[in-house]
Amino acid sequence: MTNKNISFWLFILPALFALAVVVFYPFLYGFYYTFTDWNGLTATTFLGFENYINVFQDESFTDAIKFTIIFAVVSIILVNLIGLGLAVLVTQKMKINNGLRTIFFMPNLIGGLILGFIWQFIFKSGFDAVGRLLDLEFLQGWLATTETGFWGLVILNVWQYAGYIMIIYISYLQSVPGELLEAAEIDGASVFQRFWRIKFPLVAPAFTVSLFLTLSNAFKLYDQNLALTNGGPYGSTEMLAMEIYKTAFSRYEMAFAQSKAVLFFILVALVAVTQVYWNKKREVDM
Amino acid sequence: MHQKKKRYKMWLTIIGLVIALIWLSPFYLMLVNAFKTKFDIFNSVLALPETLTLDNFRQAFIDLDFLNALMNSLIVSGASILIIIIFSSMAAYALSRNKSRLSGGIFLIFVAAMLIPFQSVMIPLISIFGKVNMLNTSGLIFMYLGFGSSLSIFLYHGAVKGIPVSLDEAAMIDGASRWTIFWKIIFPMLKPITMTVMILNVIWIWNDYLLPSLVLSQAYATIPLRMFFFFGQYTKQWHLALAGLTIAIIPVVLIYFFAQKHIIKGVADGAVK
Repeated sequence: MTNKNISFWLFILPALFALAVVVFYPFLYGFYYTFTDWNGLTATTFLGFENYINVFQDESFTDAIKFTIIFAVVSIILVNLIGLGLAVLVTQKMKINNGLRTIFFMPNLIGGLILGFIWQFIFKSGFDAVGRLLDLEFLQGWLATTETGFWGLVILNVWQYAGYIMIIYISYLQSVPGELLEAAEIDGASVFQRFWRIKFPLVAPAFTVSLFLTLSNAFKLYDQNLALTNGGPYGSTEMLAMEIYKTAFSRYEMAFAQSKAVLFFILVALVAVTQVYWNKKREVDM
Repeated sequence: MHQKKKRYKMWLTIIGLVIALIWLSPFYLMLVNAFKTKFDIFNSVLALPETLTLDNFRQAFIDLDFLNALMNSLIVSGASILIIIIFSSMAAYALSRNKSRLSGGIFLIFVAAMLIPFQSVMIPLISIFGKVNMLNTSGLIFMYLGFGSSLSIFLYHGAVKGIPVSLDEAAMIDGASRWTIFWKIIFPMLKPITMTVMILNVIWIWNDYLLPSLVLSQAYATIPLRMFFFFGQYTKQWHLALAGLTIAIIPVVLIYFFAQKHIIKGVADGAVK
């Protein structure tokens, strides 16, 4: 198939056209209007970099950046630790392995919005009931404060994605040669040693994939944020995606919202590229 | 030694079961409270329901307009996934078989698009599609092709590389066209990756809330969208809200029950490649 071949173009055209119309054209179109006072329909004045300068003075945006970054860091660590833990657990030759895998993975099939609503009930009513039963004050009044809203989002996120990340770790763990482990066992290596010295280094590539997935998930989180806290109390648990949405569709400041969206892209792309580059480099070094 | 190993395994099984119970507890609490009256929930969240009444479910089913929402979801997901599979596999085949620099460049564009988060194009996208009156179900399906093609092409591209070119050449000598070669020989061989592409896209599109919320009107609302409106109506009435949530996840849980092996394998293959 050469470029001059008409069938080459016919084969790629539908997908390429959709990508261009849905992703690239809107991206460039939106980028252009960030330099104007665009209201979603028309623009009258050219503003230069004014929108971008204002973005950094918008506290609701800078607060959302801070909240999102802290959330991402805490989530990534917990999702990966627990995901790896679950993967190690369900790869020990137990009879209930498959059942456990099925259960841990299940939340991923259900949308973030529905999961968020379910957990809203768990935090507000379930935690409260257990708290009163056992007389534990810290379990009462969840989602009413910034702190419990933050940890609520973290718990939901960990519960949802740990099973997903577990699946990735499992496929790498299963590629660890059995003879290697047996040999180590005969030589007297403990369970712990076998994990750290043999499995862990061989599973390193899984970190690249898992970190990339958890990171981009955490940064782009919207549905769970909407369903669980809706940014409350007083917008203090608003993450980046929601902040951009509200600027556009509640405050109707379209050009301003799009400027935030462009910065959001730069942030997400930068983090993703650095992270993949860093991980690839480390993999080679090992 | 043997005794010790047995004991170790028993403890491991117990730990596994305890974690599994914790994992399932949100679903358990949702389900038992969906059977209770408002008063019972207020009294005790943790107790089992006093009576097994389906009243909550009946009302939630009607208020959700569930059959209509289910139908809308099936149409959107079904059509989107069908065109994603057709056009992504075709594009990936052409891009993989053509070794020119241009072809490599186009492939790179598809991959690079994965770096652009949805929120970065959402506002102009809605504005542009609004101008040409495409904020409807067909517009939405087309958008899913645009957003879904990148990862799907990436996955198909890797799989096509594994199929020897000599197969194409042999068929070519027999006078088969590219179209025939692709659909009769190549596409059937891509079946495992087609499963992966299908599963990853179903999970995403079926559950997507944000994009349909910007594109669809009430009458065409998918399940997550309808759930959002429904939940807004019943914020202080958990008995109905929980019954609605239970109804909404039943289709997914049923499919998962029958196809869990394929689903988990599909997700693993998709993430590892």
